[in-house]
Amino acid sequence: MALDVLRRVLPNGLTILAARNRLIPAVSMALGVRAGGSADPAGAAGTAALTARVLDKGTTRFDADAIADELEGRGASLGVSAGRQQLVVNATCLVDDIGAVLPVACEVARHPSFPEHEVATRRAELLTTIQEAADDPGSVAVDALNATLYPGGHPLGRSVRGTAESVSALTREALVAFHRQHVTPGATIAVAVGDLPPDELAGRIAAECGDWTGTAVTLPVVPTPAARPDRALVVKAMLDKAQADVAYGFVGLSRRDPDYYAAHVMNNALGQYALGGRLGDSIRERQGMAYYVYSALDAGLDAGPLMVRAGVSAANVEKTIASIDAELATILRDGFTRAEIDDAKRYLIGSLPRQLETNAGIAGFLLSAEVYGLGVDHDRRLPQHLAAVTFDDVMRVARRLLDPARAVVVVAGPWSGPAA
Amino acid sequence: MVHEERLDNGLTVLVQEVHTAPLASVWCWYKVGSRDEGPGQTGVSHWVEHMNFKGTTNIPRDQVKGIIEQFGGSWNGYTWIDQTTYLETASAEALDRMLFIEAERMARCLYDPADCESERTVIISELQGGENDPEQRLDSEITVTAFKAHPYKHPTIGWLADLKTMTREDLYGHYRRYYVPNNATLVVVGDVDTADVLRRVREQFGSIPAGTPARRTATVEPPQDGERRVHLRKPGTTAYWRAVFHAPAFTDPDFFPLLAMDAMLTGASGLNIWSGGGVSTPQRSARLYRALVNTGLASSVSGFLAPTAEPFLYQIATTVAHGQSIAAVERAVLEACDRFVAEGPTQAELDKVVAQLRARFVFDGGSVTDLAHQLGYFATIADWRDWLTVGERLAAVTTESVHHAARKYLQADNRTIGVFEPVAGDAGESEAH
Repeated sequence: MALDVLRRVLPNGLTILAARNRLIPAVSMALGVRAGGSADPAGAAGTAALTARVLDKGTTRFDADAIADELEGRGASLGVSAGRQQLVVNATCLVDDIGAVLPVACEVARHPSFPEHEVATRRAELLTTIQEAADDPGSVAVDALNATLYPGGHPLGRSVRGTAESVSALTREALVAFHRQHVTPGATIAVAVGDLPPDELAGRIAAECGDWTGTAVTLPVVPTPAARPDRALVVKAMLDKAQADVAYGFVGLSRRDPDYYAAHVMNNALGQYALGGRLGDSIRERQGMAYYVYSALDAGLDAGPLMVRAGVSAANVEKTIASIDAELATILRDGFTRAEIDDAKRYLIGSLPRQLETNAGIAGFLLSAEVYGLGVDHDRRLPQHLAAVTFDDVMRVARRLLDPARAVVVVAGPWSGPAA
Repeated sequence: MVHEERLDNGLTVLVQEVHTAPLASVWCWYKVGSRDEGPGQTGVSHWVEHMNFKGTTNIPRDQVKGIIEQFGGSWNGYTWIDQTTYLETASAEALDRMLFIEAERMARCLYDPADCESERTVIISELQGGENDPEQRLDSEITVTAFKAHPYKHPTIGWLADLKTMTREDLYGHYRRYYVPNNATLVVVGDVDTADVLRRVREQFGSIPAGTPARRTATVEPPQDGERRVHLRKPGTTAYWRAVFHAPAFTDPDFFPLLAMDAMLTGASGLNIWSGGGVSTPQRSARLYRALVNTGLASSVSGFLAPTAEPFLYQIATTVAHGQSIAAVERAVLEACDRFVAEGPTQAELDKVVAQLRARFVFDGGSVTDLAHQLGYFATIADWRDWLTVGERLAAVTTESVHHAARKYLQADNRTIGVFEPVAGDAGESEAH
């Protein structure tokens, strides 16, 4: 059952995508703007994150309470979040409320007023989140892994949420400038999915955003860091914690890389399939060391990381790292089995209908397909791309990305380092 | 349209056809959860759930992996206070396979001793991962403090001492006691034909003999007659404050008024504890959000009133904002609660939360997986038909019934306050190549 997607680009550069889904009488919308953490000005990490928190707390027409009352009297939900690449305004409502909710979502993106007191309140909120992350071994491990893999001020080396220092220094003026520079129609993709005709959904967005002006800036492409010459072990001792988080990773590849689909299949076989692929078989199922162990491939506009994650007791940290090393070495030496690769391909192809069942699932899929220029028929082409991946492709990409001798290994938790 | 059928062995089967996507979701629910566990056995229901993914007579251990993934499907399960459940969602072509897995799980799991041992450490790792999170530690402490007698008091994952000492026989005995067709509800929702589903279910489950499920404990928690407190001082960076109040069971007439009260205080969260309907809680106009978050005292506030078989807890949870005091947050929450108890809600407030909750109930069933969850969940705690009438019970809520529920439950003698106060701990860092 292919998606029937309407795609329209307005003269001001805004891209609109709309599709119908009849499961429930509701609509999900997403305005995705190329203004995520990667667009943060130098030395001002967290600008996109704080902009997202303040964006819907007042516009030139409505104050925060008026926005809340307008939406919440109708059971609608509005949220703004900042990721690495995008700042996204999300809204979900019943079909009957679209006429009231969609204009508010567009107004929030276009005309935020950034009230001074809201900047102060939401800055403290973000500082609390940063403080909580500093106490969470999983966040500490991932942040340290990214900082080590992407050094020298690379956008992927810093956390989207920023640091206590950078966020404390953010002013209202910084947010206004960030919004003016980055939140423009040409940088925005508006997606709406739900039980309404696509031309009606697109028409409503065009009516709200047709007169939006502004020129999109081009974000510089930051080169992918050169391969590491050696291995690194980073220890973040958090001695009061009950167990340790291991983050073990490499620089991966971008979503537009010709090897992307092979890497996607490889990652599934390595640390996703069923209870965590090969790594799950070893570390969870055979050795009983971890409740969770998996690998994740973060392929964005830039070459994001490929990382293995596990949560284990301090006594098992070294055994876990050795097991990851051993699994990677075995794969590089003996290869995956053909059955593993066939299974991973069949699973990834077969899981597409589940991914495309809900309004939010379809909206997310369309937004991502547009960001990477994959076309409105990507749901039909994705199975072909995956089917075309060969065993040799997977092994080539495994050799390209996985090399225990050049891995960055971070341990955060009640572990102070290897026994001397 | 939901079709219900009872097989001769007592298995309840619910089928709902939904033809919007070529998918089917199968859930098998058992009336057994952590409330059914005695001393020395805490966590056994959850551990049994883990063991029931580890091979059966006709699904060898090494063929578990991939059995549903071949159809692009996902599977999972959870255990909570009243229930244990298992699910698969996959292409509708996999219906037979999903039913086969659930029939095998009900009657023919292996409990290989080596697998029981290896899973012991996996579950202890799950428990310790939870302990890394100060909010989970506080949740566990406040719940055990709020209950004196009712077995809802201990954490579903169990106490560490019990997880270290339980045996394979404890696990297998618990499995055999509760995993019988007359203690189960099988739910199938999706792109299926009802008559075809029923035929296949009879084939797969019809020969499993009925059993005698253990009688569930029937303790009534004595009324709380004074505020209780638990104060954790542990290494950390952030303070958390929360309060729990004894709350009515789902079938109690006070449940929906209290659900409306929660929506007024913290935002409308709906009734799907599995996915939350996949939509964030609208809460910017809620009283406690305005009193705590908009004023900068707290960085978050949330409420939780779960539908449960017996009286459980209503919870208000906050994260104290950077630079603010725990005492100021406590004062603000309790003042807002006291004002609500004194004055009750306005009609405009009620109209707003009724609109919100109506929308939430739609989002709560936003996929075949969610629809099947809701039917099975309510079958397990009350009756599946209750899920279809939540709108009617909500419509009957009045400002008076909300005010009555607030006076009854939202008062000092009925609450337990929990505080996590961070203190400086040991830390360090090093880098070695």
